[in-house]
Parts: sequence; C-alpha cells; structure tokens
Amino acid sequence: MQSLPLFLAKPVDVAPLWLVERVARLIFSGVLKAHPDLFERLGTYRQARYCFSPTDLPLHFTVVPAAQTLAVSRGQPPQADARVEGPLLLLLGLLEGRCDADALFFSRELSVTGDMEAMLALRNALDDSAIDLPRELGRLAGPLSFLVAGTARFIRSKALEGRDTTWN
Amino acid sequence: MELICPAGTPAAFREAVEAGADAVYCGFRDETNARNFPGLNFSREELRQSTALAQRKGVQTFVALNTFMRAGDEALWYSAADDAVALGADALILADFGLMAYVAEKYPQQRLHVSVQASASNADAIRFLVEAFGARRVVLPRVLTVQDIARLTRQIDCEVEVFAFGGLCVMAEGRCSLSSYATGKSPNMNGVCSPASHVRYRQDGADLVSELGAYTINRFGPGEASGYPTLCKGRFDVGGVEGYAFEDPVSLDVIDEIDALRAAGVSALKIEGRQRGKAYVAEVVSSLKKALDATPAERAVLVARLRTMSEGQRTTAGAYDKRWR
Repeated sequence: MQSLPLFLAKPVDVAPLWLVERVARLIFSGVLKAHPDLFERLGTYRQARYCFSPTDLPLHFTVVPAAQTLAVSRGQPPQADARVEGPLLLLLGLLEGRCDADALFFSRELSVTGDMEAMLALRNALDDSAIDLPRELGRLAGPLSFLVAGTARFIRSKALEGRDTTWN
Repeated sequence: MELICPAGTPAAFREAVEAGADAVYCGFRDETNARNFPGLNFSREELRQSTALAQRKGVQTFVALNTFMRAGDEALWYSAADDAVALGADALILADFGLMAYVAEKYPQQRLHVSVQASASNADAIRFLVEAFGARRVVLPRVLTVQDIARLTRQIDCEVEVFAFGGLCVMAEGRCSLSSYATGKSPNMNGVCSPASHVRYRQDGADLVSELGAYTINRFGPGEASGYPTLCKGRFDVGGVEGYAFEDPVSLDVIDEIDALRAAGVSALKIEGRQRGKAYVAEVVSSLKKALDATPAERAVLVARLRTMSEGQRTTAGAYDKRWR
C-alpha cells in the first residue's frame, strides 16, 4: 500500500486548514465544471454527503456534489452518508478511474462504509468521467500550468506504478 | 474464438473496444438488465454512440435484456428490445421466453442469444429455444465441466458461449432466490444480486464485517482478502463447523482450458464484470486477448496479475475442471 511521500504529506499536514480547503475547492469546482455528465450519472445520489478520509493524512474531505460544497476537517470523521478510506494516492487514482475500486476493496487497501448505493453511484459516475487531475491542477497554475501539470503527472506515474493500466 | 467483453459505462465500452474485444455486451439503465446498479449502464443516447464507435472499429455490440418480465409491465422490456434493435445492436441477450417470442416475431432477422439467466444447460432445453425462437447462440451456466460442454455442443445446432473469467456464479442462474430471500429484491426480476441498498460494511476491531439485510455474510480478519457480500459466498456456521457452505470468495479463470474449450466447439469466451471499472475492463480484456494466441506457459504469466484484481484475490476453474472428491 503506497503512502503519500513525506515531501508531499508534510506540507499538507502543517498547512492551515483554510489553505488546503481553498485549493481542494478550486480543484473540485474545476472538475465539476469540466464534467457536468457526472451529475446525470449520479442521479439522486448527487444530494448525498460523501466523506473521503485519506489514511496517510490527518484530514477528511466532505463533499456534496449537488450543492457543489467541499469541506476539509481534522480529527474525528464528520457525519456523511457514505465514507471511503484509503491512501490518498489510491483515492485520487479512483477519482480518475485509473484503479479498480473492487480490486482495492478485495485487497483491503480501501474500506467503505455507509450507504452503498450512494457509494456505487459515485464510483460509477467517476469511472465514466475522464477526469485528469494533473490537467485540472495545471489549469489552476496559470503561467506555470505546463510545469505543474507535468510534475503532477510524474508523481502520479510513480505513485501508481504497477497499478496503472492501459487506460488512456 | 470470439472474446465477449463487459461494459457498465461508455468509458468501459471504449476501453473494451480498444483492448481488442470482438464484441462488447452492455445494458440499459433499468430493470431490464441483470446488472441494475446505481450509476451503471447506458442511456439510449449512450448506446447509440457506443454502437456507432463499435461499428467503426469492427466490433459487435450485444445488448443484455436478461431479466424476467413482470406481469403487467411487459412494455418496459418490449420497448428496450425495440430500442436496442433500432440502435443497431448486433445481438440481444435474452432470458425471458416471452421476450424471446416478441423479438423472434417482430424482428425475425435480429440475432438472438440465450442469456445464462435462461438456465438452458441441456440439449433438450437449447434445442427448444433454437426451434421456437431461432436462437443463434446460448450462453452456458458456470456449472458444467469441459466434457459436459463438449458433449452438448455436438448435440445442438447453435453457437455456444461460455464464461472464461470474472465473477463465479455457482447457482442455477436465473433461478437463484438467495438474494430475494435476504432482501426482497431479486437478481432475476429486479436485476440486482445482493442489492447495494441492503449491503453494509463495518469495521469490528481489525475485522471487516459484511452484511446483507439482516444477515452477516462474512467476517474477514486483518489482511485477509475480501469478497462480494453474496450469500452463495458467505461464511456460515453449519452443523457447528464454520466455513463456506457453497463457494469461497473466488473468481472464475478458465484460461488454462482455452484449448480444451476450443476443441469442445465453443464459439465465444465471455468475460464477466459489467459492474467493474474501466481499469479492470482494459486490463482483463487485453490480457485475455493476448492469452487466446499464447502458449500455455505464456498464458500463466499473462493472467497472474489478474488474480490480484479478483474476488478474494484468488481464481478457480470451478466446475469446468470439477473432479469427484
């Protein structure tokens, strides 16, 4: 199971919550804007409250797709309809559809609790969307777009080495 | 032999096509297909686009309408068949005799495949479906040995498709009531085996506990590979002995039997997994495509990695290689 490299985990760990939240919200709104089809596939589960808890960061990311809200918290996991826990890089791999959720569940690298219909709807909606996080990060970086997207792609390829498939 | 590949979303469909599928099977986003899970499956427009892509690439599209019609609501299934034909499906995969009769009468030129859900597993049953509805292919259940399959193909006048990789159903498919018993929802009528609405996972210390309705299906110890929350693969206390009453959490893999299946007269190998992600579809389809033309030694290497993506992280040849104990 890959953990987030220290040089990435440490800054996120010590960064003020508002800063992490601001960056995460920018990425989240960029993804939603670029992939409106996500809502259609989510159906009524777009109203659900989803919590993502990386096991290698002391943070929880809670999103409600319909309201387009994202909150970041530390400490006890917040209330949510469905929750998924796993190493951050695998959660991001799932977001992009680069990893198979069932396979990660079988290997116990991922755990899910709560409303499984909501979780399945989200998993399938994400899987059908060609989300490219390095591209989204690049968009946020303005003139540094090329550099940021390239660095993010490098980190992703290292993190998912051996897991990444022929998906393109 | 053709490779018939699963797609639960248009993205998975594209992956299957790119990875070398000869045909991709999929279904509509409703009760007409036996993988009726939230967020999965195709709208009419998505099927139109996917079929067009497949045609451009020389790949066939099969549409599974493989649940049983509910009395009074037949229109849902009839309109699904009408739309699938209009959208250019190369074959319809059907389980309900009434729906087969409707398609055979209204679209006599439409290729009709008998779904595994129809539970046609002997020569008499298959002959009847060929004669009555012009069935061109039968998908056999995963409870026959390779020898059974070879005997059967010699006695029938239609193509035979068998499952080669993925989820292992060990029941009389289309007749199984375990899920209905536990949840009130049926894989055969509502398209949901172990419906997500009734599934719960919880951590109990270091153990992962899976529940379906009011039933505990399994308790996985620390680090133990887990499986789907299906009753047929649950761990129960039977007569004071704890164990798997029907089958272990395990997936089907009959790649070692490819040559025997070819010799048995099998026309197509089917990959299960419309509920799986596009990453799984891409990897399994490309591996099996290579395996079809590989030597036995090469096949073992090709499919070794697939085992880690499988239920329980284990695979079995199941009944295909059944021996008396």
